[in-house]
Amino acid sequence: MAFPEPKPRGPELPRKLLKTLDCGQGAVRAVRFNVDGNYCLTCGSDKTLKLWNPLRGTLLRTYSGHGYEVLDAAGSFDNSNLCSGGGDKAVVLWDVASGLVVRKFRGHAGKVNTVQFNEEATLILSGSIDSSIGCWGCHSWRPEPVQTLNEARDGISSVKVSDHEVLAGSVDGRVRRYDLRKGQLFSDYVGSPITCTCFSRDGQCTLVPSLDSTLRLLDKDTGELPGEYTGHQNKQYKLDCCLSERDTHVVSCSEDGKVFFWNLVEGSLALALPMGVGVVQSLAFHPTEPCLLTAMGGRIQCWREEAYEAEGGAG
Amino acid sequence: MAALDSDSEEDLVSYGTGLEPLEEGERPKKPIPLQDQTVRDEKGRYKRFHGAFSGGFSAGYFNTVGSKEGWTPSTFISSRQNRADKSVLGPEDFMDEEDLSEFGIAPKAIVTTDDFASKTKDRIREKARQLAAATAPIPGATLLDDLITPAKLSVGFELLRKMGWKEGQGVGPRVKRRPRRQKPDPGVKIYGCALPPGSSEGSEEEDDDYLPDNVTFAPKDVTPVDFTPKDNVHGLAYKGLDPHQALFGTSGEHLNLFSGGSEGTSNLLGDIGLNKGRKLGISGQAFGVGALEEEDDDIYATETLSKYDTVLKDEEPGDGLYGWTAPKQYKSQKESEKDLRYIGKILDGFSLASKSLSSKKIYPPPELPKDYRPVHYFRPVVTATSENSHLLQVLSESAGKAAQDPGTHSRHQLNACKRAELLGETPVQSSATSVLEFLSQKDRERIKELKQATDLKAAQLKARSLAQNASSSRLQPSSPDLGHCSWRMALGAGTATTRASNFKPFAKDPEKQKRYEEFLVHVKKGQKDALEHCLDPSMTEWERGREREEFARAAQLYVSSHSTLSSRFTHAKEEDDSDQVEVPRDQENDVNDKQSAVKMKMFGKLTRDTFEWHPDKLLCKRFNVPDPYPDSTLVGLPRVKRDKYSVFNFLTLPETSSSPTTQASSDKVPQHRGPDKSRKPSRWDTSKQEKKEDSISEFLSLARSKVGPPKQESSPIVNKEEEHVLEPLSNKMVNKDVDSPTEGEGSRPSMDLFKAIFASSSDEKSSSSEDEQGDSEDDQEGTEEATFRSSQEIDLGETSSLAHASEPVHPEPTPFPIQKMEIDEREEFGPRLPPVFCPNARQKLEIPQKGKHKKNKEKHKNKKEHRRKKEKKKKHKKHKHKSKQKNKKSEKSSSSESTDSSDSQSDEEGTTDLSPQELLRRLKCLPLRRQ
Repeated sequence: MAFPEPKPRGPELPRKLLKTLDCGQGAVRAVRFNVDGNYCLTCGSDKTLKLWNPLRGTLLRTYSGHGYEVLDAAGSFDNSNLCSGGGDKAVVLWDVASGLVVRKFRGHAGKVNTVQFNEEATLILSGSIDSSIGCWGCHSWRPEPVQTLNEARDGISSVKVSDHEVLAGSVDGRVRRYDLRKGQLFSDYVGSPITCTCFSRDGQCTLVPSLDSTLRLLDKDTGELPGEYTGHQNKQYKLDCCLSERDTHVVSCSEDGKVFFWNLVEGSLALALPMGVGVVQSLAFHPTEPCLLTAMGGRIQCWREEAYEAEGGAG
Repeated sequence: MAALDSDSEEDLVSYGTGLEPLEEGERPKKPIPLQDQTVRDEKGRYKRFHGAFSGGFSAGYFNTVGSKEGWTPSTFISSRQNRADKSVLGPEDFMDEEDLSEFGIAPKAIVTTDDFASKTKDRIREKARQLAAATAPIPGATLLDDLITPAKLSVGFELLRKMGWKEGQGVGPRVKRRPRRQKPDPGVKIYGCALPPGSSEGSEEEDDDYLPDNVTFAPKDVTPVDFTPKDNVHGLAYKGLDPHQALFGTSGEHLNLFSGGSEGTSNLLGDIGLNKGRKLGISGQAFGVGALEEEDDDIYATETLSKYDTVLKDEEPGDGLYGWTAPKQYKSQKESEKDLRYIGKILDGFSLASKSLSSKKIYPPPELPKDYRPVHYFRPVVTATSENSHLLQVLSESAGKAAQDPGTHSRHQLNACKRAELLGETPVQSSATSVLEFLSQKDRERIKELKQATDLKAAQLKARSLAQNASSSRLQPSSPDLGHCSWRMALGAGTATTRASNFKPFAKDPEKQKRYEEFLVHVKKGQKDALEHCLDPSMTEWERGREREEFARAAQLYVSSHSTLSSRFTHAKEEDDSDQVEVPRDQENDVNDKQSAVKMKMFGKLTRDTFEWHPDKLLCKRFNVPDPYPDSTLVGLPRVKRDKYSVFNFLTLPETSSSPTTQASSDKVPQHRGPDKSRKPSRWDTSKQEKKEDSISEFLSLARSKVGPPKQESSPIVNKEEEHVLEPLSNKMVNKDVDSPTEGEGSRPSMDLFKAIFASSSDEKSSSSEDEQGDSEDDQEGTEEATFRSSQEIDLGETSSLAHASEPVHPEPTPFPIQKMEIDEREEFGPRLPPVFCPNARQKLEIPQKGKHKKNKEKHKNKKEHRRKKEKKKKHKKHKHKSKQKNKKSEKSSSSESTDSSDSQSDEEGTTDLSPQELLRRLKCLPLRRQ
């Protein structure tokens, strides 16, 4: 695990605005990097999903087929497929190249808040406000899910998948981690509705923000609390959080129009990056580089570290 | 869009070599015009495209000589010093390379030599091959065979040849006379006249009438009969254009070109293959002469009548078709003429057979019996029991086999059990003839009960309808007699009474049932006036008559209904009204201590619950993870059966004695607040309950102490009571939405509602959310209270309203300051998912406020709904999470806002006279007022 080195961390944080994209798809509900961080997906409230090159600012493709706003999306490991879920209660599997809908799973009784591929993109896991997580087989024509995880008592706000675990945050104030290898379910009580969850990249911890304006870092094995991060404002909205590319910092949206960076170990606020007026709805951190995407209103912004020089004059 | 281009390069596949990038300031080169483009050979000389053949006379340098300097013999050797030895120059020495190339006049490429050039081809085989090629799935698949022809003839050929056989002739005894019809095709030209006399037909052709006696002819060659089925839609014998004919033609051409000797005979034989060979390329009457064809004489083929038979008669023997029609003449001739006059020569060492081969014996097919029907029908399978042994016997006799000793059963008559017996396997649970025997004792009992119940129901129904019929028809004089004899008949059969005791058609009226049973007993005894005996003497005559009829019908009906009905219906696979419900075995236990743990930041053991969880097998497979419970069929959390109406399924009360370090796995009494079929208890329960902890928990502990042991163990009567009590309640809950419109409609909402909606404040929000809590909860509340009061025999029709009334928390939007403080953090549990931000894409700025307002409005809407019992309440009531979903949906902003507002409008339109414009206006000025 790459815990922060004592060397200056400041320049590593993406604080330089590289690009602002007006997505033109209504409010951007979520912005997500693809697996290697070269492209990003924006989920619009106008029922479309768009694929961008965020560095160049070019729109590559628009995926339309949802019947209501798109709330979350994810890309498969091989970049061949996308999945998305939205207010139309459907989970949609897309073909990236053709832009066509490959499958549409309509098993949820409510909005689908979050979708995620498993490691090999053979399953889509979707969390819905009907308090269930559906595991949909990508290659089968079965209309019903492979399994439904309905242990939650309230809407699922976030699902994350590792190679053998499913991490689900629910509005009932619990983070549930389904360990497939052990065949066990670990349920950690946080108390406040959970808006997002996040595995640390080393797989030891989970980051759990909740509506009491607190982010908690929970040890995965014991459920203990190694760290707590406060200072931002998150009382109402489902905001995203994430860890920086090397787990050095905790990054979270805030309702006061800023993005907060905390040092993961020390828990101290490292940076509060002002974005503008409004709520920063969604953010995504590049998997390998200090590059941050934030979504606010109908725009997304791409942030890089200070030292970053844009390649060429493109864009 | 340069950026886009360069970017899209990355995921585009490009073919060919791109143009070189232009230098700075360089002009793009003009393309060379077509007439200026040149082709050069490998030596850099211009190639010309004119001339007779490829290259033509471009032999020299610019049509002159081989070098720039002119023609210089490269091999000039002075004859003075060393005499030039006379080298023999062949024509190749004066040829260009082009001429020697593949398409030149003297190609050096490998060509088939004469040996291989199919002079000695087996033409019959070739014909067969042609046929095969034409009909093969891949046309031209035999092409390779044609190219690689064996140079040698087979031994049989050699032998035949030595015996005087010639190509093109048939094999067999020579015939005396050529049939007249078999003229050679007039289209075939005949060359040469030096034909071998034996095989000549030309002479015959010259003079039809003259037939010298001493001349015999070889039989005609046999064309193999083509037995390929016709699978196309062409006319008979028509073949579509086949480009491969051209290829065969070339081989034929070869033959013609280089084998002058055989030409004559082949022509005379006039077979099709050669005809085609003569004409290169596609041939057919409808097609003209192609460029490659040498002959153009046959374009417009003339049809001569001589090609056709004009007389109906048997075909001549030896016409090459005996394979097909096998004329009797030929056969008889062959049989009679034993002296095979072969063509004279008999090979050395061979002699004619003195006795003929014994002909192959042909066995006729077996004769079918006269009454044979080519359809098989299956005899009914009858299991051998005591009753139907007779039937079985009859059946087996009719099947043509007498009843056999089981020991002598053949292999095919064994069934699985017997086979298993023979093989020494352990027998499968006796010889289970019924599925029932596989069931456990308990299940069997249950099934029995069910059966009884259904029997009863069906019988009752039928009895009723019959009774009605009877009463309508009873004025007819014959009907009572009819009834009498019918029931007597039925009962006389003796089957009715066997299970009569189980059958209670009049269970609702115990008196009547008693009488009925008495009647049955009498009947059984054979008393004729059974009916009169058992009827109530105090009844009126009419009543008696009626009852008599009913009894008779019932008794009669039972006989039939029992057997017929039960055979027609199966029992439901799932019991829909069992008192048990599946409940997760382990529950996430109470949150109270957890909450305090969270407050103290003591995460870890205190806040963690661990459960056994069974992933689906397929899920494991997809995750590439071994199944942790390979031999469990369970999926999800382990479940246990609990009493459906147990209070503990609905209560989410804290265990008062709970220790702070409880875990779900600990053996503490589990909290039965797990998800139920109908609704999921939510955190609302907990919060609510926390809120009024003292009151409810007190109440509950009181109730518990009253009830004593947990409800599951309580007496069935209590359970039943509960059940009865709860049913109307749930009914009511469902019904609520039915009658809600009547309740809600008509009256305009009171002003405080609008106040509640539009005067937003933070404390109000809290109170509203709380109110909502109460709202989403009140069905549960109702349940709880209902159960508590059930012992006190409270009219439950009013429970929900009672719940409202008795609930001090929700009714009014007026904030409770103390409670507000208390629930301040709870409020974040809001029923909603945290709203989806960015309310309006078009008006991006006042996003959060709007969102908030929206939410508030939503809440108030909920509240309003709750109070007014709008039709939307349906969702609300039925499913807690549905209401939540609604909330969430309404929290959607921007694009959804319009729909939302219209939603709310429509809501209000139902009850209020507010115009949509007015509402919109109010909504719009909301944020301002708020600030």
